[in-house]
Amino acid sequence: MTNHWVDIRNANLIIVMGGNAAEAHPVGFRWVTEAIEHNNAELITIDPRFTRTSAVAQDRAFIRTGTDIAFLGGLISYLIETDQIQREYVLHYTDAALIVRDGYGFEDGLFSGYDEATRSYDKQSWMYEMGDDGFVRRDESLEDPRCVYQLLRAHYARYTPETVSSITGIPVETIQRIWRKIAATAVPDRTMTFCYALGWTQHSIGSQIVRVAAMVQLLLGNMGMPGGGVNALRGHSNIQGLTDLGLLSQLLPGYLTLANAKEQDYAAYIDKRTKQPTVEGQVSYWKNYEKFHVSLMKSWFGSAATERNQWCFDWLPKLERPLYDVLDTFERMSKGELNGYFCQGFNPLASFPDRAKITRALSSLKYLVVMDPLNTETSEFWKHYGEYNDVDSSAIDTEVFRLPTCCFAEDEGSIVNSARWLQWHWAAAPPPGDARPDIRIMAELFLRLKRLYQEEGGVFPEPILNLTWDYDIADEPRPSELAREYNGRALEDLVDDEGNITRRAGEQLSGFGELTADGRTAAGCWIFTGCWTEDGNQMARRDNSDPYGTGNTLGWAWAWPANRRILYNRASADVQGRPWGANKAFIWWDSEQGQWTGADVPDFPTTSPPSQGQMPFIMQPEGVGHLFAGQSMVDGPFPEHYEPFESPVPQNLLHPGNSRARANPAARIFDDDREALGKPEDFPHAATTYRLTEHFHFWTKHARLNAVVQPEQFVEIGEALAEEIGVAAGDWVKVSSNRGFIRAVAVVTKRLRPMQIGDRQVHHVGIPLHWGFTGVAKKGYLVNALTPFVGDANTQTPEYKSFTVRVEKA
Amino acid sequence: MNNSQNIIARSATTTTPPQVRSHVEEVAKLIDVSKCIGCKACQVACMEWNDLRDDVGECHGTYDNPTDLTANSWTVMRFSEHESDDGNLEWLIRKDGCMHCAEPGCLAACPAPGAIVQYANGIVDFDSEHCIGCGYCITGCPFDIPRISPKDQKSYKCTLCSDRVNAGMEPACVKTCPTNCIEFGTKEDMLARAEKRVGDLQARGFRDAGIYDPAGVGGTHVMYVLHHANDPNRYSGLPKDPRISPLVGAWKGVTKPIMSAIIGITAFAGVIHYMTKGPKEEPEDDPGHDDAPAHTLGYDATRRDAGARGEGEDSAGDRPKGEER
Repeated sequence: MTNHWVDIRNANLIIVMGGNAAEAHPVGFRWVTEAIEHNNAELITIDPRFTRTSAVAQDRAFIRTGTDIAFLGGLISYLIETDQIQREYVLHYTDAALIVRDGYGFEDGLFSGYDEATRSYDKQSWMYEMGDDGFVRRDESLEDPRCVYQLLRAHYARYTPETVSSITGIPVETIQRIWRKIAATAVPDRTMTFCYALGWTQHSIGSQIVRVAAMVQLLLGNMGMPGGGVNALRGHSNIQGLTDLGLLSQLLPGYLTLANAKEQDYAAYIDKRTKQPTVEGQVSYWKNYEKFHVSLMKSWFGSAATERNQWCFDWLPKLERPLYDVLDTFERMSKGELNGYFCQGFNPLASFPDRAKITRALSSLKYLVVMDPLNTETSEFWKHYGEYNDVDSSAIDTEVFRLPTCCFAEDEGSIVNSARWLQWHWAAAPPPGDARPDIRIMAELFLRLKRLYQEEGGVFPEPILNLTWDYDIADEPRPSELAREYNGRALEDLVDDEGNITRRAGEQLSGFGELTADGRTAAGCWIFTGCWTEDGNQMARRDNSDPYGTGNTLGWAWAWPANRRILYNRASADVQGRPWGANKAFIWWDSEQGQWTGADVPDFPTTSPPSQGQMPFIMQPEGVGHLFAGQSMVDGPFPEHYEPFESPVPQNLLHPGNSRARANPAARIFDDDREALGKPEDFPHAATTYRLTEHFHFWTKHARLNAVVQPEQFVEIGEALAEEIGVAAGDWVKVSSNRGFIRAVAVVTKRLRPMQIGDRQVHHVGIPLHWGFTGVAKKGYLVNALTPFVGDANTQTPEYKSFTVRVEKA
Repeated sequence: MNNSQNIIARSATTTTPPQVRSHVEEVAKLIDVSKCIGCKACQVACMEWNDLRDDVGECHGTYDNPTDLTANSWTVMRFSEHESDDGNLEWLIRKDGCMHCAEPGCLAACPAPGAIVQYANGIVDFDSEHCIGCGYCITGCPFDIPRISPKDQKSYKCTLCSDRVNAGMEPACVKTCPTNCIEFGTKEDMLARAEKRVGDLQARGFRDAGIYDPAGVGGTHVMYVLHHANDPNRYSGLPKDPRISPLVGAWKGVTKPIMSAIIGITAFAGVIHYMTKGPKEEPEDDPGHDDAPAHTLGYDATRRDAGARGEGEDSAGDRPKGEER
């Protein structure tokens, strides 16, 4: 979240789109109900279904799955053409005025630089034009045809209400009504928040859906504002922590990035990531990249990391392929390229797309290690469970090891929530039986590996032998020890410009501003620096005082970065440093004190006066929010609507003549998986998978009370489709895709209505995902038997939310 | 049994209830249907607090589960889809359970002395120890709430967590509700809250929004805020004008002595049967008794705790002890 849960109460308009907050986040949803009741806010849902969130919403639209960019792109055009943008904000705080290079273009569904053979773009033309002074050229009038504002305007001019309606299935009058309500938040004293979840990310265009929402918020001046922002409601309680700590294949902790195989030179690696300002005088905080990187290497390798060996740069893995994501891993596993797989807190047989492929892949392993508190389907993938898991056990040689782990409530530690809060928690009960904390299992594994290298040698032992391991009990590091390590400490005395000691060697650091690139500091995750200081564990704080009445409780737990609760909060004040609206006052310039002050930790150099002209988006080299994403996205600087890889609609209505632009032209798809896609004539219905509030993924079917309140697998179909196939509520249906099938009870509902898309009527099929063949609920089918093995072009998040099926009476 | 001092009505009893206490305020639970997301956290909290474990059932083509109240499910969410003539769709979700009527039909109908009591704070409670399982409380209830357990032939329903309330806490469902759509307080305060919510709904275009506190049963200690108070039936059959069945009145006036005698004889026959043939069910089927030795500490602690709080009606023996907490 750019903002935080409690801040939702400050919103005047709440758009829940690409998510179902009441269903999947019922506790956080309390702040939506607070906004409705106490801030006279309106809640609008935009979803294929009438959801539990819709049940308490004031307005709603029903959108065909996977067409959100059409709706929001059309909104951008509407805001621009009707001049309902926050103009002063757009002019100063976004790149609207910046000039783009001449070579950039967009034609027939493809951006400039497309290479069909590699399904990728050369992004050279997607750049701002640099002036003779070494900074980006700009046009304050916003009239230059090459300025971002005019390019944006031209790009979305095609997204008329009629076109948007024909793609999304939403009637024109509904589209215009909701656009009007959103546009009303362009004024300084009203804000809108977008709350989204996996309904936006689990598409082959997922990242671009999130981006188009961010662009809308920039145009409306809703970024950095209380009650504004683009807010990802994370699906697991600690999934934010997973990305923060760099568990994605291309990341290091704190969103530092691994080098690729061509980047063998340390200086070039650092130089590429050290972003210097491209607009004069801007902060461009990534200019400090090397401080974060060297402190990480010192945390990992201690005294073995020296300037002379370039802080052990050669010990880091270099990526031979762009990503080693789960789709790529299981593709290689299915081809027999992997021997073993460690599966920690993860249930791939149930969770990954195209379950038949996952079964083939796991069957080709020599060994599989499952670390989980529960008896997962993955750990029994080899076992025959009738039609639920129809495998021939005698043909599978994979050896499976199960290592029982603790549940979260059986161990202490921190959990990072959607709002970036690190909240410390304590063990409520001891783990049962042989279950152990994950940390202990990993520690023992590491120590055994290290011992083998010590005793028997091996190829490239240095990173294993030199990893710092200064824990009181070697095979049982405490969470508090790890937390202190992430925070970081001084390895030598730190001194200021005048030679005064500011931090003694060995002391915990208080913020990432103290980090150095010369090896005097260590920090395991620079964005967490400040979480465990000399004052103790900041994550354990439980002071909920709220001095400004904004719901911003700086004494409750600790948020990264630097305990800031709303990112880009400098943008809550105008160029002169005054709040945009009295009712939205949050951070402002106090000229008497000569510093920024207010309800939050300023996301800005504290003493940089407005007159200095530094802009709020300090992580960007230009200091402004990006309407034009020149380098950060692989599939286009402006989001463009493409159809899901499996769509009931045979053409992209924006580019009907270009089959290359039907689905995302820059999304990776493996050959076998392309072959496994279904055709609309065989699988005519749009399908989407999702969670129910009674369950959490594939876990809670192991808990009796959850099983009682939602015991058995079902799918949701509309009354019209039910009538078409002769099914009544409570009947069993068979749902098939080109990859597999499930059987389930039919919930026949008014809440799913057919949509008119071009010349065809499209039915949606809703497929809750919680059931499987282990647990205490009724046995069921793993729904990812149905889903396609293709992911988002940028993140490779699988396209679980848009695929096609056929439904028939079972 | 301190709470017995709070009893203002007792089934099939003619003795005058205790009257010394004078400062007990009437309580109420307010359910704002317009804020309910149907998450069923209240159902789970109810089962947790009351140590109830219903069966793992089946899906019958709706979100409702369990599909009806049972002796082990004292509250359930009822989902109904309502489409108006202009095509506007509403998904109305109502938490169903005992309404704790000011004039409780169940208590009036009950022939077993002390099986149903009403406290001065308005809570209508079942003292299962005295229940004879006749089912008259179901006939007497205009909301079709009590359910007879096939296991022990006794009647069960929501107690409004009388044990918690007596100790100064809110009911478990209120404590757990994530959207604050269930609130708890004095009836006076809850009515004021409800008025405010109704005002908000009316300002948002729900002209018929209103409070459900039906006069036919003397008002209730569980109230709803409804967007369509003119048509409560829309919310999965909530009765528009609930009244105690005339059969109950007839029973009380004319037939009661006769029926009581018959029931007395039946009960006596049951006792004789029990003494000569033993209990109907195998002891190991009743975790409330059979598991007690294995959980001696918990059992005793519960008893002691209950005794200290004076909650004799919170009969620890009714609680299944076999479930893990």
